[in-house]
Amino acid sequence: MATVELKNLRKTYLTEEIIKGISLSIEEREFVVFVGPSGCGKSTLLRMIAGLEDITSGDLLIDGQRVNDVEPGKRGLAMVFQSYALYPHMDVYKNMEFGLKLAGMPEAERREKIEHVARTLQLEPYLHHKPGQLSGGQRQRVAIGRAIVRNPKVFLFDEPLSNLDAALRGQMRVELSALHRKLGATTIYVTHDQVEAMTMADKIVVLQKGVVEQIGSPLELYHHPRNLFVARFIGSPPMNFFPAIFQGGDSAGSSVQLRDGSILYVPVTSPGLLPGTKVTVGIRPEHVELASSGPNSGVVEVVERLGAITLVHVRMPDGEIIVVQTDGAVLTEVETRVSLTLPPRNCHLFAPDGLAFEACHRHPLAA
Amino acid sequence: MQAVLEHSPPAGATALNQTKVRGKRTGLLLLSPSVLLLLVWSIVPLVMTLWYSVQNYNLVDPTLHGFAGIDNYWYLLTDPDFLHSLLNTFILVAGVLLISVGGGTLLAVLYDQEFFGRGIARIMVISPFFIMPTVSALLWKNLMLHPIYGVYSAMMRAVGLTPIDWLARFPLLTVMMIVAWEWLPFAVLILLTAVQSLDGEQREAARMDGAGPIARFRYIILPHLGRAISVVVMIETIYLLTIFAEISVTTAGGPGVASTNLAYLIYSRALLQFDVGGASAGGVIAIIIANIVAIFLVRAVARNLEA
Repeated sequence: MATVELKNLRKTYLTEEIIKGISLSIEEREFVVFVGPSGCGKSTLLRMIAGLEDITSGDLLIDGQRVNDVEPGKRGLAMVFQSYALYPHMDVYKNMEFGLKLAGMPEAERREKIEHVARTLQLEPYLHHKPGQLSGGQRQRVAIGRAIVRNPKVFLFDEPLSNLDAALRGQMRVELSALHRKLGATTIYVTHDQVEAMTMADKIVVLQKGVVEQIGSPLELYHHPRNLFVARFIGSPPMNFFPAIFQGGDSAGSSVQLRDGSILYVPVTSPGLLPGTKVTVGIRPEHVELASSGPNSGVVEVVERLGAITLVHVRMPDGEIIVVQTDGAVLTEVETRVSLTLPPRNCHLFAPDGLAFEACHRHPLAA
Repeated sequence: MQAVLEHSPPAGATALNQTKVRGKRTGLLLLSPSVLLLLVWSIVPLVMTLWYSVQNYNLVDPTLHGFAGIDNYWYLLTDPDFLHSLLNTFILVAGVLLISVGGGTLLAVLYDQEFFGRGIARIMVISPFFIMPTVSALLWKNLMLHPIYGVYSAMMRAVGLTPIDWLARFPLLTVMMIVAWEWLPFAVLILLTAVQSLDGEQREAARMDGAGPIARFRYIILPHLGRAISVVVMIETIYLLTIFAEISVTTAGGPGVASTNLAYLIYSRALLQFDVGGASAGGVIAIIIANIVAIFLVRAVARNLEA
């Protein structure tokens, strides 16, 4: 098992810089997930680690060795592709055997390894099937098997579950987590699906336009997003935002005034901020509370009942839509007037440059 | 009584059967013009060839006529020229296939790479296919390979070598090169599109598996090209069995019969020696050979296309 270290990694295509200096260190046995909107460079970064893309500048270290100029096959990595990329003219056995054969492993040893992996992944009955005869989930397993059998230092996954249907994706997610626990291999996983990121990762790297926005554990990102982008990207439905005016702060919190004049005292520090500065208050839909009357009132525009929960979309007087996630049994109707309560302990404050104010108390799960 | 009951179908079924029969008849009726045309088109020449092949029929000797039995076949099959031309036919087909498919595969992989001026280079490699056979044969004979003012002769003289009279010394090989030059673009065209349809992630997966360029070519690209290669082989074989223009323009089958293939032999029998009967016998044999080749070819290709 291995560590991976990225030191100020950059990638330029023609004149456009795609990866703008990323530094990151991945510990042994860690499951790291790269997330971000499409075009953020997460796949490019993974391919640079794999060796499929050249590194324009910066250093890539695997186990402390600089591998910038090492061939992909010699870096000791294995990759699972989005399209699985199985060799269509070879059966499952030969697909798994290919890398071992090229590495010059003796026949008996190859057979033993492949059979062991096939047992682990329940692929034994399909060893002599061609990929074309397998279902999507089985192909996915073969692709994973082909990676495992090479006993790599680091596993790379490039959106491996995005071609599967929702039910299978959930199942494979659990299987992959279990497999990671069992193999204990260092893993880098690229996805745009935040459920995958939240459930599987030890550490999430949020990328946007080739820049790291935040690195942290899933709950750290959820409870303490570093800036507006991460706050908006992590969590579904996304966080609600209100414009507000900063009034002043002390060591226990900061007070801001919302559009309707109500004052909110949020437990975050605000060193050096001038009163009167425009700030943004953020609160997740699951933390907003509905009341029949009071300040912050708006008209219910849409009610989405998902059974266990209900999403209430409220149109505020300034035209903004605020989403509230409440109990599935709530009786709120469309076109009625409701009032929103914002519990201060769940509010986030963001400065004009988008950065979040430090919370006075870290969330116990995100320490 | 029981038997009668069992055997008489219900009235409804009879009506249905009649409608079915009528529908079939209408279909046949509508099909018949095209079937008839095809029949006339292919069967009449075939029957005429078969008929002449058992006749004594020489355009310069009207006294010689009447039923010949298997004489025409006998004379042809025992003629050493015939065996020679048969051998030449197969050498030509095999040689051109080897050059065009082998070279075509390598060129297709080469032209799949990114390099400056790729678009123009691709058009240039395809262009010989658009030149008609007679023109390209003339081009090679007079412009490139002519022992006195050919380009190759000039090049050889420039480095102090004696120019070679290609068509006189290596007639079959030279014809083969000319025909391969014409067919290489076709192979490149088909194989290039096939190479381009290879999934990029598959190549990358092979790279991750530690496969170098040669291993990738051998284990990933070549199997992927299997179908396309079999299609190229089939189409080229059909055309190559009947090469004529290139031989007629360059060597006229000579010297002797050194570059005569079956198609040219039939032509020379019919229109140089005016022996229609003998030429027809040759035609029948050509049909039989083409069918034998076709059976093997279609089987091999069909198996490849299924997989």
